[in-house]
Amino acid sequence: MPQLVIEGLSASYGPIPVLEDVGLSLERGEVVSLIGPSGSGKSTLLRVLIGLLPPKAGTVWLDGERLDYRHGASLRRLRERMAIVFQQYNLFQNMTALQNVTIAPIKVQKRPRTEVEAEARALLAKVGLSDKLNAYPDQLSGGQQQRVAIARALALRPEILLLDEVTSALDPELVNEVLDSIRLLAAEGMTLFIVSHEMGFVREVSTRVAFMADGRVVELGEPAAIFDRPREVRTRDFIGKILRH
Amino acid sequence: MWERIVEEAPRFFGYYNLIFLLKAMGVTFALSAGGCVVGLVLGFGVAVVRRADGAWLAPLRWLLTLLVEAFRRIPFLVTLMLVFFGFQVLNLDLSIFSVALVSVCLIATAFIAEIVRSGLDSVHHNQWDTAMAMNFSYLQTLRYVIVPQAWKVILPPVFSFFILFIKDTALASQIGVVELTYAGKVLNNRGFSAALVFGSILLLYFILSYPLARFGAWLEQRLAATRD
Repeated sequence: MPQLVIEGLSASYGPIPVLEDVGLSLERGEVVSLIGPSGSGKSTLLRVLIGLLPPKAGTVWLDGERLDYRHGASLRRLRERMAIVFQQYNLFQNMTALQNVTIAPIKVQKRPRTEVEAEARALLAKVGLSDKLNAYPDQLSGGQQQRVAIARALALRPEILLLDEVTSALDPELVNEVLDSIRLLAAEGMTLFIVSHEMGFVREVSTRVAFMADGRVVELGEPAAIFDRPREVRTRDFIGKILRH
Repeated sequence: MWERIVEEAPRFFGYYNLIFLLKAMGVTFALSAGGCVVGLVLGFGVAVVRRADGAWLAPLRWLLTLLVEAFRRIPFLVTLMLVFFGFQVLNLDLSIFSVALVSVCLIATAFIAEIVRSGLDSVHHNQWDTAMAMNFSYLQTLRYVIVPQAWKVILPPVFSFFILFIKDTALASQIGVVELTYAGKVLNNRGFSAALVFGSILLLYFILSYPLARFGAWLEQRLAATRD
């Protein structure tokens, strides 16, 4: 049974439809990447999944449980199992790196502080930030902030991690430090749902790639198939444009 | 003028006048402090309720918005009269001081609610989104994420309002509350020169508001310093 099943999912910002009849499923431990032009609905799909934008239609199953996005209890349960990392990191500006990582496990999940802090230190060490525990977000580079954001999401102990263009806001020389952290997660078997424009990375790390355009999944397949032998014209156009240079 | 002031001063600063002035200063202080404290607490509450979603809160949100918008627009003096005559109509036998206190609390609440609202709105919406995606409740989001960041935006206008507010309590003299301005008028009417009387009143207002301004500046500094 797939860990996450999305069926017929539609969403809109006001009157403008942004997702139309999206269907997709993720097996446990899979790394699925969404690629496609700006405005194709990739980030919106992740926002809908984490419950920041209510869907207009469609259903989502998580481990066989049907999620109800209008229902507070259902939202809370799904957020206990899914976590998201945003393009702009969105670290809490009033907290240090360590506090950013520990606040939700301590205050929301009510886990013991000593245990949470030890785990947070380990997570920050894993993303290479042992020396930045007490730094505030504005004292960190973009890449460091994004790695704190990844550690913060992992501290929630999610089963699925949603990564929304996590390297798009970074200077080129900082991209790799973040990608390395994600590679590590993929190698550990965490289910990852990635939106990315780093095509080399997508190809390397993904088990499957979905190409999206105009709010729909146009083509879905293994990385080699999508990048080397796209069947759809739109996929071919897109791949052709980005691989030309 | 100076000779007159020098000549009047010993009489003016006599025991009973000083007691009278200090009592009036106490009334001004009580009105200001009452308005500031109640206004801050209730204003915060109003802003928090207005920012909450949840359909069942809609009537309350609507009512609070109406009250805030009304009391920010009605002149202070008119509010005083409204409360004064409102209590009379209701046959409630309240002292004029209580009437003034209720009025200043209403006004302070309305203004501070609006200051707090804009402060909460000044925090980037991605901070709300992130907290929500991490399962923070509304109140947890406010307490741990939004308010600590909004304070810096809220404090300066709140303190500048407080200081305006101390002066505005002078309008309570219009319904007969013996606060500083009223006391000044009384002493002036007793024949003391306006320069001496209102010069002293000015000084007393300054003594009330200057420490408050310093305290505000200190708080702002302290909060700004946490991020260096």
